[in-house]
Amino acid sequence: MGRPWKKSETYRAVSAALYESNPISKQILGICSALAVTVKLSTAIVMSLALTFVVAFSNLVISSLRNQIPRNIRIIVEVSVIATLVIVADEFLRAFLYDVSKQLSVFVGLIITNCIVMGRAETFAMSNPPGRSFVDGLANGIGYGSILCAVAFFRELLGSGKLLGFRVIPDAFYAAGYQNMGLMLLAPGAFIMIGLFVWLENTLLGD
Amino acid sequence: MENLISIFVNSVFVGNILLAYFLGMCSYLSVSQNLKTSAGLGLAVIFVLAITTPVNWLIYHLLLAPGALAWAGLPEIDLSYLKLILFIAVIAGIVQIVEMVIDRYSQALYNSLGVFLPLITVNCAILGASLFMVERRYGFSEAVVYGVGSGAGWALAIISMATIMQKLRYADVPKGLQGFGIRMIVTGLMAMAFMLFSGITL
Repeated sequence: MGRPWKKSETYRAVSAALYESNPISKQILGICSALAVTVKLSTAIVMSLALTFVVAFSNLVISSLRNQIPRNIRIIVEVSVIATLVIVADEFLRAFLYDVSKQLSVFVGLIITNCIVMGRAETFAMSNPPGRSFVDGLANGIGYGSILCAVAFFRELLGSGKLLGFRVIPDAFYAAGYQNMGLMLLAPGAFIMIGLFVWLENTLLGD
Repeated sequence: MENLISIFVNSVFVGNILLAYFLGMCSYLSVSQNLKTSAGLGLAVIFVLAITTPVNWLIYHLLLAPGALAWAGLPEIDLSYLKLILFIAVIAGIVQIVEMVIDRYSQALYNSLGVFLPLITVNCAILGASLFMVERRYGFSEAVVYGVGSGAGWALAIISMATIMQKLRYADVPKGLQGFGIRMIVTGLMAMAFMLFSGITL
C-alpha cells in the first residue's frame, strides 16, 4: 500500500458517487422514486436507507459472483439478486415500521427497477472486487439519499411547515398571514423543486 | 361499465402514472428529445402494459394472494411476498415473447417498436402498474382497463413533452437550467395542467 488515501481507487469511487457524478443530479438515474417519497422527510430517510442497503449488498453479492455469472444471462441474475434484497427490505419495513411502509406503498418494490441499482451492478460490481463494490454501493446510496433528503426537507418545510412531523414555523408567522404552500405537497412541486435544485447545483459548481 | 370508464379517465389524466406517480421517469427523460421515438416508445408501453397487467393479475390471484392456493388444497398459504420477484420475471418474459412474436408476424411493427421493447423491462411504469393494481384491489376487467389507461396516459405525457421540447429549442433558457433542469420544470407545469382534470367525475 503506502499510497496516500486521496489517490486510492476507493476514494475516487466514493467521491465520484457523492459529488462528481451523483446518481440523481448528474446521471439522472432513479428519479422515479426520488420524486414520489419526498413529501415528508421521514419517508425520504427511510427510502434512502432502504436503497442504500439494497445497492450496497447487491453490489457485494454480484461482485463476489462476478466470475461465476455467464455473460449472456447476467441481467436475469442481477435482477433476481436485487429482487431478493428488495423483498428483504420490504418485509423488514412491514414488520418494524408499518406506518412508513404504508406511506411508501409500492415505491419500496420499485427499487428493483431503480436504474441506480442496476446501473451500479452493471458498470461497477461486474468488474471490481467485492470490498470496493460494497463501498461504491454505500456511496451511491448516500449520494442518492442526500438529494432525496434535501428535496424532502424543503417540501415538508414549505408545504406543511413541519420537519419530521414537528411544527417548526412558529404560530406568530401564521397569525401574521403566512400560509403553507400547498403546491409543494402535490406532484408538480416535486418536479419544480428538483429542477431548481439542479439549477442551483449547476450554477454553484459550474460544469 | 361506469366504473371502468372512470378508472380509464382517472388513469389517463388525474392519476397519470408519470405525472402524478412519477413512474417511468428514466426512459421519459432520456427519450423525450425526439417526437418520433417518443411516439414509438409510448405505443410500446401501451402494448406491454395492456398485456402484463392482466397476466400479473391472474398470477397474483391464482397463485400468490392469501388463500389463493385453495384450489390446490393449501388454503393457508400466503405467497404474496413473492409478488415482486414474480412480477418482474413475468414482465421480462412477456417483453421477450412479444418481441419475438412481433418479429415473426409483423416486420413493419417490429421495425418501429423493436428497439424499444428491451428498454421497457426496466421501465418502472410497467412494474408500478402491476403493484398498484394489487394495492388497489382491482378486479380482472378493471385491471385490463387500468393497464391500457396508464399506458395511454404515459404515452400522452411523453408525446406532449417531446412536442414542448421541440418548441423550447427556440427559447432562451438560463445556462444552469439547460437540459435536465428545464425538463423537470416543464414536467412540473404539465403535471399541474393535468391536475385540472381532477374536478371531472363520472
